[in-house]
Amino acid sequence: MPALAPRQGVAVTLPGPADFTAWRQAARGLVAADIRPEQAEWVVAGELPGLLAEAPAPPPSGAPFSVPRAFLDQAEIAIRHSDPERFALLYGLLWRLVHGERHLMQAATDPAVIRLGALAKAVRRDAHKMHAFVRFREVQAEDGPRHIAWFEPDHHIEEAEADFFLRRFAALRWSIVTPRRSVSWDGTALQFGPGGRRADVPPDGAPGDRYEPLWRAYYASIFNPARLKPGAMRAEMPRKYWRNLPEAAEIPRLMAEAPRRVAEMMERAAAAPNPRPQLARYLAPGQLSAPPHVVRDMPTPIDPPTDSTLALAALREELLSRPDLPDFAARATQPVFGEGPVGARLMFVGEQPGDEEDIAGRPFVGPAGRLLDRALAQAGVDRREAYLTNAVKHFKYTPTGKRRIHQSPDAGDITYYRPFLAREVAAVAPRLVVSLGASALTALTGKKLPVLKTRGQVVTALGGQPVFATIHPSYLLRLPDQQAQADGFAAFVADLRAASEQA
Amino acid sequence: MELLRKLEILADAAKYDASCASSGTSKRNSLKGGLGSTEGSGICHAYAPDGRCISLLKLLLTNACVFDCAYCINRASSNTPRARFTVEEVVQLTLGFYRRNTIEGLFLSSGIIRSPDYTMEQVVRVARVLRLEHGFRGYIHLKTIPDAAPELLAEAGLYADRLSINMELPTVAGLESLAPEKDFRRIRHAMAGLRTRIEGAQDEAKTARRAKAQKFAPAGQSTQMIVGADGADDGAILGTATDLYAGYRMRRVYYSAYSPIPDASRLLPPVAPPLVREHRLYQADWLLRFYGFSQAEIMAGGQGGMLDLELDPKTAWALQSRQDFPVDLNSAPREALLRVPGLGAKTVDRLIAARRHTRLRAADLGRLRVSLAKVLPFVVLADHVPRGLDGAGLRQRLLPATAFAAAARPIQMSLF
Ligand code: SF4
Repeated sequence: MPALAPRQGVAVTLPGPADFTAWRQAARGLVAADIRPEQAEWVVAGELPGLLAEAPAPPPSGAPFSVPRAFLDQAEIAIRHSDPERFALLYGLLWRLVHGERHLMQAATDPAVIRLGALAKAVRRDAHKMHAFVRFREVQAEDGPRHIAWFEPDHHIEEAEADFFLRRFAALRWSIVTPRRSVSWDGTALQFGPGGRRADVPPDGAPGDRYEPLWRAYYASIFNPARLKPGAMRAEMPRKYWRNLPEAAEIPRLMAEAPRRVAEMMERAAAAPNPRPQLARYLAPGQLSAPPHVVRDMPTPIDPPTDSTLALAALREELLSRPDLPDFAARATQPVFGEGPVGARLMFVGEQPGDEEDIAGRPFVGPAGRLLDRALAQAGVDRREAYLTNAVKHFKYTPTGKRRIHQSPDAGDITYYRPFLAREVAAVAPRLVVSLGASALTALTGKKLPVLKTRGQVVTALGGQPVFATIHPSYLLRLPDQQAQADGFAAFVADLRAASEQA
Repeated sequence: MELLRKLEILADAAKYDASCASSGTSKRNSLKGGLGSTEGSGICHAYAPDGRCISLLKLLLTNACVFDCAYCINRASSNTPRARFTVEEVVQLTLGFYRRNTIEGLFLSSGIIRSPDYTMEQVVRVARVLRLEHGFRGYIHLKTIPDAAPELLAEAGLYADRLSINMELPTVAGLESLAPEKDFRRIRHAMAGLRTRIEGAQDEAKTARRAKAQKFAPAGQSTQMIVGADGADDGAILGTATDLYAGYRMRRVYYSAYSPIPDASRLLPPVAPPLVREHRLYQADWLLRFYGFSQAEIMAGGQGGMLDLELDPKTAWALQSRQDFPVDLNSAPREALLRVPGLGAKTVDRLIAARRHTRLRAADLGRLRVSLAKVLPFVVLADHVPRGLDGAGLRQRLLPATAFAAAARPIQMSLF
């Protein structure tokens, strides 16, 4: 390659205004020929030739070299911008990238990098607005309906965005015509052609589309006159698009009428209720349970029923409707009741429902529950034959972003739910109660006993029943290392086995 | 009744639902048949003069309703004219508008007629016909009726991208007084049911082979609360919102300023919609979800359980937490940068990238188009140390002088 005189410029002619492949090849040739950015002039075939360039560009040659992905991604989009300086900007950045500034793209405050970002952003916005604001009109051709649209993009995006419309409307036959370019889909291939004129798409005087009045009516009806914010509308749907949007013809009227419509609403104020209201007579019985205030006024039973199953059902009913539940209960999805056969040999009492129990409305179905299941299976206890419940019946938590973090119940919470638990134990009447963890032990015995020291022993509940103390399975989940977890699990299984033997 | 008139009534009745999102669902196209595509991000096909995005065809199947929610134009005792679409009419409107590229899809809701099951069945039928008979691949959002049968919900989730149940009012008391037939607990119960199904489908999609996994509402669930209809303060609204996000994995909680309706109930006379309050709640919601703020921190920026109307919640918080400032933009960790008023998450990431190569100066901030007036009082840069951070005049200096700020002044509440 003959070296160029230092001042001499070269002219690169690109075949199209947004031809990234051609630009890339040419730029590779320029870099290989060591042509500085200020020596290169970029011209698009068919547009005005440059004034300064004297020599033709070197042929696209030179071995490929690597540039950061971030540059290519942005450049491929920015090249569609209508700014005539775009090619030079890209080449300037490329030059710096291969001449010692490999990390240039991370220099977020470099003016050229910012400019590149701004161009790419403008192109993306233009594309997004094209996806949004192209309006097809259905016209009848001899061979069936065609969908045609006139659109005026700011940048050279027609070819790049044709795929979007293809993915969406492959089943239709459509054309989009812009002042510079036209794109059509006939069901088998995309075709690109020269631009057109607004008056021809569709030809002036062609019959209107029957959906247009419907669409305008929808646009007018979905608008809320009490929230007039024309600035926000114009920021996202600038005026320049309005002339090609049929619904935009409604805007002046909607804006002019809005104050009067709102004034009327305010003036009318509260209307008398309709003397002929919509009737609920079709509501099938049983579809809706009694309204909450009715449930709430039901007296709590003075003499609890003697039948155990009825007693548990009454307990359920009461927990749903008690007016004095602790505050956190209102933030739970539902109370979580005990589960299992009345008269079970073993009754397990945990602390409180967790996230998954709250959602499912069943005890011990979360991570700790799954661990308990495994331990029960190893200890030879059939979960279905045991009764499982918790000392506290509602999930108490603190929300953090996407999760609800378990909050331990305090002494007051345990005291509040204790009568329910006592009635539940009495109704189930197990041979042995197994308390899992400290809260359950306190709830059952009324004493603050240390779990790790009491585990394996049988103590007495306030109601007189024997209580076998052990840990809560969630304790195992918190143990730091695998060995400790394995040991802890084995000890837990041993406890469960011992309890089962004593029951 | 003529189709055009029905459309007017049933779109008018649907406009109090703020949601119009069409984003965040599975990617689909019609290259192998059917009609339509979804691309991940939503598209707003138009904006109404209220500044709201029109992405979906938002309709009620019918505005007849046997419930009597005081805030709602469709309540049983309202004098509003009633109309009802046939399933086929909604299907044809959706397809007709979609082919003309005016919508991303359909958001269908309904007043409750006959029974929750009957109503839900009609709503589901529209989605079924669109998906199965017309191969519609666009976006579908269905409003779910809490008491409808589980099989109907399962089918709804099969066709819908998103399902939603509106909480409407943030407290039990509010719901009891203004929407007597609705039940706080049943609503939460239904949301829990949706979470179970949505997560179940996600787990299945991860484990099973992709084609086999049963779909369920890939764009998740959302809800809405009305602001300013009952006495609930911002703390209560945000408290319920955080519970709903954390408990039921809401993709979005929408806040909708109680807006005058043509036929208001005696229980709720029309008032100017608290638009600024609504805007502040959205900002606070954003801080909770993406900026690591707790609800307590956000509320500390306000007073008496209400957010500051004049300042955005981050600036309001910063003024109450001046001991945490100034933050050195050249050395502070990302979490600290996110808490600087005027810095968004994107800007923060660009600053972090840039400071690996250069010492940040005030001019760099200017080039990233951040509001210097907002940021500079709280940060240290290579060429800048803030003054007056402890001064009493700082709040005054931070009050934005824009038209929006003028509209934000509480006096504007008597707008009409
Ligand atoms: S249930 Fe309530 S909010 Fe829904 S349409 Fe009926 S009256 Fe309106």
